[in-house]
Amino acid sequence: MKKGFLFISCEEAKHICDKAQYGEATIWEKFELKLRLSWCHITRSYAKKNQKLSEVLKKSNLKGMSLKDRESLKLTIQQELKKQH
Amino acid sequence: MKHELNPENWVDLYSDYLFNYTISRVNESEIAKDLVQETFLAGLGALKNFKGEAHERTWLIAILKRKIIDYYRKINSNKGKAEVRIQFNSGDDNEGEWLETNVADPFDKTAEDEFENQELGAAIYSCLAKLNTKQAEAFKMKTILGMETEDICNDLNITTSNFWVLIHRARTAMAECLEKHWF
Repeated sequence: MKKGFLFISCEEAKHICDKAQYGEATIWEKFELKLRLSWCHITRSYAKKNQKLSEVLKKSNLKGMSLKDRESLKLTIQQELKKQH
Repeated sequence: MKHELNPENWVDLYSDYLFNYTISRVNESEIAKDLVQETFLAGLGALKNFKGEAHERTWLIAILKRKIIDYYRKINSNKGKAEVRIQFNSGDDNEGEWLETNVADPFDKTAEDEFENQELGAAIYSCLAKLNTKQAEAFKMKTILGMETEDICNDLNITTSNFWVLIHRARTAMAECLEKHWF
């Protein structure tokens, strides 16, 4: 059995942990992460903070404008500023 | 300390905050966008009146609040009507005179929830402002706008692995920043 088959690095684990926050980690990745979490306190600490961040963001129920809308708004403001000068 | 206005940076610094403030009050994205735009334009029109006593965000919020009230007055919908309380004035001199008192809080939230959410929103946006532009953009698109990873990568012209690197850095920085200012 290759070392990498079940063993993932701390960085890989953090990466999977990020993906899991958005529901984009595969079942296999989640399994690898769980395995790593069982013995690595650094990954555990990161996962805890990451989870907390997700909870706070969810609680805030933030909404935002799309990039396109903001660009269009910027243009409107620039045009208005030009008119004033 | 006298505050200054920098309209060139308004969209980057305050559009999301103002949009978020508005959407929780009007519940319609298009209307919220229009109100934010009207707020910025009204701000530009009133640049000369700015005395520098308030932070520019506070000043813009004050304008936005007026815009939201004007919006509710204008639509005069059932919801709008319900929010205007009519009070019978019993004073002899003004007998029979009906007064519109004030526009009640149109939001079905407690003041405490509202305050906490506004504070949290402000803390999140303040932390977001400290990220580099690309990290902040990727984070906002994914976490706040809930966009698909593929669409974000196309919009930002980055690979999926680059995207997850940006997200990782953004999340780490956001967690640290909120740990200091909120948790």
